[in-house]
Amino acid sequence: MSASQPALSSATAIPGGHSAHAGAKPLTASQWGMLAFLLSEVAFFTTLIVVYISYLHRDRVGPTPRETLSLPLVIGTTICLLSSSVAIHLAGMALERQRQRLFCCWWALTIALGVAFLAGTIYEWHDLIEVHGLTIGRNLFGTTYYTLVGFHGLHVTIGVITMLIVLGLALGRRVTHANQIGVELVSWYWHFVDVVWVFVFSIVYLFGR
Amino acid sequence: MSLAVEPKVDSEIAAAKTEPVRSWPATLHDWVTTVDHKKIGLMYIGMAIFYLVVGGCEAMLIRWQLFYAHNNFLRPDTFNQLFTMHGTTMVFFMGMPILIGIGNYLVPLMIGARDMAFPRLNALGFWVTLFGGLLAYFSFAVGGAPAIGWFAYAPLTEPAFARGLGTEFWCLGLIVSGIGTITAAVNFVATIIGMRAPGMTITKIPFFAWTMLWTSVQILIAIPPLTAALVMVMLDRDFGAHFFDVQNGGSALLWQHLFWFFGHPEVYILILPVFGMITEVIPVFSRKVLFGYEFMAAATMAIAFISLGVWAHHMFCVGMSRMQDVWFAVASLLVSIPTGIKFFNWLATMYGGRIRMASPMLFACGFLSMFLIGGLTGIMLAAAPFDFQLSDSYFVVGHFHWVLIGGTLFGTFAGIHYWYPKVTGRMLSERLARWQFWLLYIGFFVTFGPMHISGFLGMPRRIYTYEPSRGWEFLNQLTTIGALIQAPSFAIFVWNVVWSYFKGRPAGDDPWDAWTLEWGTSSPPPSYNFASIPTVRSRRPLWDLKHPDDPDWKYE
Repeated sequence: MSASQPALSSATAIPGGHSAHAGAKPLTASQWGMLAFLLSEVAFFTTLIVVYISYLHRDRVGPTPRETLSLPLVIGTTICLLSSSVAIHLAGMALERQRQRLFCCWWALTIALGVAFLAGTIYEWHDLIEVHGLTIGRNLFGTTYYTLVGFHGLHVTIGVITMLIVLGLALGRRVTHANQIGVELVSWYWHFVDVVWVFVFSIVYLFGR
Repeated sequence: MSLAVEPKVDSEIAAAKTEPVRSWPATLHDWVTTVDHKKIGLMYIGMAIFYLVVGGCEAMLIRWQLFYAHNNFLRPDTFNQLFTMHGTTMVFFMGMPILIGIGNYLVPLMIGARDMAFPRLNALGFWVTLFGGLLAYFSFAVGGAPAIGWFAYAPLTEPAFARGLGTEFWCLGLIVSGIGTITAAVNFVATIIGMRAPGMTITKIPFFAWTMLWTSVQILIAIPPLTAALVMVMLDRDFGAHFFDVQNGGSALLWQHLFWFFGHPEVYILILPVFGMITEVIPVFSRKVLFGYEFMAAATMAIAFISLGVWAHHMFCVGMSRMQDVWFAVASLLVSIPTGIKFFNWLATMYGGRIRMASPMLFACGFLSMFLIGGLTGIMLAAAPFDFQLSDSYFVVGHFHWVLIGGTLFGTFAGIHYWYPKVTGRMLSERLARWQFWLLYIGFFVTFGPMHISGFLGMPRRIYTYEPSRGWEFLNQLTTIGALIQAPSFAIFVWNVVWSYFKGRPAGDDPWDAWTLEWGTSSPPPSYNFASIPTVRSRRPLWDLKHPDDPDWKYE
């Protein structure tokens, strides 16, 4: 550091990495970063969905979606995932009101609902593979179905792992009102994963059967 | 903010560069673990120049094979591997990294921030990009690079046609480096929107930062579909899926749509930041305010959006419906409107200015002349009936090299010559820069000009040899000679960069008498960029400081 440069700690210095300037700024830099990341995720899932639709009902060999996909199970897992969005929202509100215990409860419930969704998917896939013989190589439906639903499930898994980390930090009393921005971004991601599922569910299980 | 213009003496620059003298493991550790946007930017640029040399050597081998008809220098399969890796390298491991690197170095400085929004994510992005490149090149070690062309059309990527593991490594390399590119784009969006200096409203943003913002948006929309498509290729090859497997109902055409939905925005990803650099260079060296800032800004947005709807002009010959042909031809021609706006604004900025032909301006003029020609052949190819005749011929090869070298590379060199004094505190040698420019300019014409003619004469791209009776031999020899003229130009550039780093004339903080914030801090900038965050009132904050009697903010 040469002598001509005043030290960083001058009175006008703005501390921290996220030094968005004063005034009415609607979103912080981290929030914009998350939105940008989610935009790339939208592009990713849109590609998978477009491919799924373009191959729908093109198979000459079975099994078909109507023969294999079981609605009652998936409606159950869908309810789990959608209600987890409500739970994570309530967790965020609890944190905002500085009620740590309540936050941990809602947050743990969100994780449990996410795990329940994954368990349902595992059961469903086991059924598809063992009973119906539908694998990724069986036909185009298998190819596109496992890719689309699998990538969504991967995102749910990543979300559950991230939320477990946050829960660990929260139990160690390191998630507070002051750093709730990170918690908020995790919940944005989780809402996004839910919205993707609404599209996947509608296209694969409702209109695509 | 220091505005001292007196050049520092050598010892001071040396002191600023090396700080305390350190052992090389400590220095290496410093660079490997850094999260400073400037160091990361320089590592991106270093990576890009390394791959530029690698991709350039591949091009020289390709050109030597085509020097004579029936040449036996390379085997056909090796030739296919080389043009695949040449294209992949230049687009993914040279083109995008050098622009992201320059952006990384400059964007926080230009917008008055201390670093990017997510410094650690930034470091991750660089290392992931670098190792993605190494992963793709690892294919040479496992039985040969893929021989599928850089756009890897199905069914060439199916296991029956590409037997080795090369295609797997190629896919993995592009997936991994694509993740790095996306993290960089996320970082640019967050930084440019969320971390500008006080007073720098979105309409006062330096133009290069504006183009980086829209490039990032394009990256966020275009790269994920490529990632998804590459995953599908790997699922096909390694897990028995049938996405592009025609025998089991898959579609080879689908790959073309997915690839070009990435591939066409990609060429604008490679040119928009260069537009930004040119837009910074031309006003400074014409001593005039940029003409039509608002129109330039809107044109950048228009290009970013229109480019998402033109991809199938790469596929006219595949046999789409008439309606699709017309749509994609018209959409492609539409791009020429915002591009034309930019072009005329650059010319209007120069018109009546006191033009200084220093090396950055020289390369900017090279860019203007070349990009015009490349743009015009682009308009020719956007017309579907013309494309039916010349698709996949050397005319196309000539066209895209004309825009990527004449456009992206010349513009990038303009930027590098412009900002080198800021990065190192030393001036590049003007004499060497002029040799570099003229060798590149002449070599470029001799290389890629004849390609248009051999394309008209029917020479298809990607052939490893040709019949002497076709009349292509002389044109190919010209092309190879042109490549041989260009090669020393790159050597001179690397020599100039290294020599000037140690022996160049001290530059001072603001050698070009420029107007954007990066010239307001020292050269090289301290790790924290600005001792105190500057406040901005106009698009030319340094003009305001230098001319308090006649500041820009009175007129904007």
